[in-house]
Amino acid sequence: MNNITRENVITAIIDIITQAETILPEDVVEAIRAAEMIESSPVACAQLQAILRNIDLASKHAIPMCQDTGILIFFVDIGRKLIMDFNIEDAIVEATRLATEIVPLRPNAVDPLKRTNSNNNTGAGLPDIKYAFNDSDELTITVAPKGAGSENMSALKMLNPTEVDSIRTFVLETVLNAGGMPCPPIIVGVGIGGSFDKAARLAKAALLEDVDHMDNFEKGLLNDINSLGIGPMGLGGDTTALAVHIRTAHCHTASLPVAVNIQCWANRHASVTLGGER
Amino acid sequence: MEYHLTTPLSKDDIIQLQCGDVVYLSGTVLTARDEAHARILEMSVMEEELPFGLDGTAIYHCGPLMQKKDGDWVPIAAGPTTSGRMSKLTPPLLDKYQVRALIGKGGMTGVAGSLEDKCVYLAYTGGCAALAAGAITNVSDVHWLDLGMPEAVWLLEMKEFGPLVVGIDAHGNDLFSDIRKRGKQAFSMLDP
Repeated sequence: MNNITRENVITAIIDIITQAETILPEDVVEAIRAAEMIESSPVACAQLQAILRNIDLASKHAIPMCQDTGILIFFVDIGRKLIMDFNIEDAIVEATRLATEIVPLRPNAVDPLKRTNSNNNTGAGLPDIKYAFNDSDELTITVAPKGAGSENMSALKMLNPTEVDSIRTFVLETVLNAGGMPCPPIIVGVGIGGSFDKAARLAKAALLEDVDHMDNFEKGLLNDINSLGIGPMGLGGDTTALAVHIRTAHCHTASLPVAVNIQCWANRHASVTLGGER
Repeated sequence: MEYHLTTPLSKDDIIQLQCGDVVYLSGTVLTARDEAHARILEMSVMEEELPFGLDGTAIYHCGPLMQKKDGDWVPIAAGPTTSGRMSKLTPPLLDKYQVRALIGKGGMTGVAGSLEDKCVYLAYTGGCAALAAGAITNVSDVHWLDLGMPEAVWLLEMKEFGPLVVGIDAHGNDLFSDIRKRGKQAFSMLDP
């Protein structure tokens, strides 16, 4: 028997929402600490110190680190060998409703045109759930709360196939236009290829990668971004971004979609795995 | 320079501030985001009276996370939201009301002229919601909850809220736009 029941899943999801909202992943905290050590601008240093104090306070008192508790984005990996006799989507929606009261979360979900608030962070298409399948007997759920400040600064462009060299320019322009608005130091997720929507999904999934996990192209882009001097909160400084992560997919020979998903310093996410031999 | 100011703010309080100065603010602060700005402007066009005063106040671009405990609102997290979204809504509001300070994050575009001689923009560290909530001593009132918790107007009693960095002063200077200009210059000088 495995432990995957609707109740277990709901409890586990509420736990990871709480964890994601209150405790920043250690790799991100480390990167902010490292930035604070080398930052040359005193104003920038003060911003980074405030962020570190805030992270500490939030985890100590188990309160959300940011009042924008985001919209909830779920990545659900389902093992083919699992048997689930309940509706997983329904369980995720129920957990989101309950977490809104328990954590608590700010009710952020509104009708896009009427702007009426559902007051429980659910609604048509929300929370956003992306499913993937594997050969295991486990269920892995990751939640990434995404705030609007950084999401609003994201951009997508359908480049011409001959414009591969313009990808760098597009990323840099997007970061420059964003300035201090997305709460830098930011993490930049870049999706290259696929289709109009797939590029955006790649960019978002890239944000879940470990901050330090960068290849030479990504490190080069990071250096370029940090040379712009936007700095923490756009007040100037050496640290505009902590990381750049790129994901690619094959695309049509006539297209080159590029999506840039901007993430604030609060790169919140948490995961849980259920089932297997546990 | 470091300043410790209390609302209601006078013109003298804010005229002395220069870009880069640090402010700690006490007293009543009003939250207002997109929808509240839109409603204030609608009501001012209709010449209707607002349920709260704006003269001498500080408007905090913030949609707090509040929780009702034993009938009272308790602030859980209350960091600043992106002020840029209020850039177009702010000049007409400043024409009508003597708001002395705007608090938010990320700066605003094209407002330095309307702030001149009457108002300052103060930047608080974005995302530092737990820290900011600690500066709130009391939630004294809330208006327009029909707009939803984030968009409602919350009257917050603050104590030594800061450090707030003067991002746009009342003399036409804009720290954010200077940094953006330098960023554009650096961008144009990068190797192709």
